[in-house]
Parts: sequence; C-alpha cells; structure tokens
Amino acid sequence: MIFEVFRQERRGQAFAHAGSIDAPDLEFAEAWAREQYGRRQESEALWVVPREAVREVHDFPDELSKTYHRVDGYSLKAKLKEARERAQTAESAGALSADG
Amino acid sequence: MSRRAEQLLEIADDELILGWRDSEWTGIAPTLEEDVAFSSIAQNEIGHARALYELASRDLGTTADALAFDRSPEEYRSAPLVELRRLDWARTIARHWLYETADELRLSELKSSDDAELAGLAAKMDREEVYHRMHAQMWADRLRGDERFEAALDELWPYALGVLAPEQRPAFADRVGREQVDAVERGEHSDELRELWNEMTMVRRSIPGATW
Repeated sequence: MIFEVFRQERRGQAFAHAGSIDAPDLEFAEAWAREQYGRRQESEALWVVPREAVREVHDFPDELSKTYHRVDGYSLKAKLKEARERAQTAESAGALSADG
Repeated sequence: MSRRAEQLLEIADDELILGWRDSEWTGIAPTLEEDVAFSSIAQNEIGHARALYELASRDLGTTADALAFDRSPEEYRSAPLVELRRLDWARTIARHWLYETADELRLSELKSSDDAELAGLAAKMDREEVYHRMHAQMWADRLRGDERFEAALDELWPYALGVLAPEQRPAFADRVGREQVDAVERGEHSDELRELWNEMTMVRRSIPGATW
C-alpha cells in the first residue's frame, strides 16, 4: 500500500508533500515516516495519508482564454489609482464638512 | 571500578554492539523504508552508547572514545545477545523485540534511581526508546506465529535473559510470556565479538592517539 507523507516544518506552516512510503499498513507507514522525515528534527508534524484517500484532479480547460480569471490578465493599476483619488477627495470633503 | 561505572559500561556496551550489529542491515534490509528506519534506530543506539560512555568516562578518568574503542574485546561487558551475528530478518526482529523489552525494564529502574545524573540520562534515552519499542512491537505482531520467528525467539530467549540482572528476570519472563530458563550470562565473549571489534576499532588503531 502506498502512503503519501506531508510534512510541516514549523508550527503554523502549511503541510507540504514530502514523499511516499510503501508500507503494509498505517502502523508501519507511521513508524517508517517518523524515521524518514522526522529523525533530524526537520518536522513539526507529519500527515500520513493512504494514497487512495487522495483524489487527484486534472484538466482545467480554458478554451475561451478568459484571461480575466488570472491575476496577470486583469490590470488593477488604473482602477486602484482612481479609487485612491476618489478616497482622497472624499476625505477632504469630509474634512471640509467637519470644519463647517 | 564502582558499581555505577560497571552498570554504565554494561548498558553502553550493549547499545554500541547492538547498534553496530543493526547497522549491518544498512543497504540490505527487506525494504527501502525499513532500511532507513532500522539504520536510524542503529544510530540512536550508538548515540545512547556515547552518552553513557561520557558519563562513565568522568567516573573513570578517561574519554568516551577510549572506552568505546581502546579496550580489548575481553574487557567489554556486553551481553552475548547483542554480539551474535545473525543476518536473518526473523532473528534480527526477535532479538530487537526481546532486547527492547528488556531495555524498557532496565531503563524504568534507572529512571527511578537516586542518582540524578543516571536517572536523567535514562529518561532521555527512554524518550527515544519508545519509538524503538513501537517499531519492534509492530514487527513482532506481524511475524508472530511465523515458524522462523518463533524458532528465533526460542533460540534467543536464554541470551535475552542475560541482558538483565537476575532480580529483573521474573518480570521480563512475565512480560514476554515465557518461562525462565538458564541465562547466557555476561562475561564470556564469542569469536563473533572479536571479529566485530577488529572491524570497529580498525581505523582508530591505525593511527594511535590521532584526533579526528
């Protein structure tokens, strides 16, 4: 049985895939994962997961090139500048009205 | 030599020789994962030996390296169980499981010793031994009933008894569900230990007094 091992390097960090282990059951997988990924104090915690429990997802079609779904396909610069200016105007308007 | 130094050397020699024997599986263990795990356990045992030798060396006015490598084979106090050269997985696991069970009893007594230094080191070692026991137990559970494993337990049981002092043996027999028999006691060494010693001390003997 194949088990996938995920390793957390420091408390609070995300777990990242460390490698796979071929073990007869979860108990062996845990013992082997411990020695392979924890004996040098390189891990805060491990997740040992049967590979079957992992659903692998493929294929993310983008037939119509919807670039606006991507960060690089949608420029925020101009929009942000405009919003800042508007906020400043509103601020000074607010200040004026407070004075008045 | 004080009883404390004797006791430290007995355990240190057991751990050093067993660590050496276990490391003979490096590269040829049954699976890659087990190879890594068993080699890591072997390194731990040698680490325990070093800590114990360091403690003993202060009592004896010498160094840990001198204790580990500069004594003659006859001066080692290791139990015959750890000296056996048995490159057979069933026997290796039988020895590992018997030794870890005995070692747990030995450490638990040391942990409650009045000697704070000894008790402190025993507690530290035990925190690693927990995982050795877990490893030994899962293998023993898996091999239980296997003809070769059961034969290995029968063969090694008198040797295993020799790891512990006579007063600790009834609890050991009880723990593993076996009758007490005549133990193979510490003191006599086999040719297998002399061969191991030749190999283990070869580099150090090649340039006496060198610092590495």
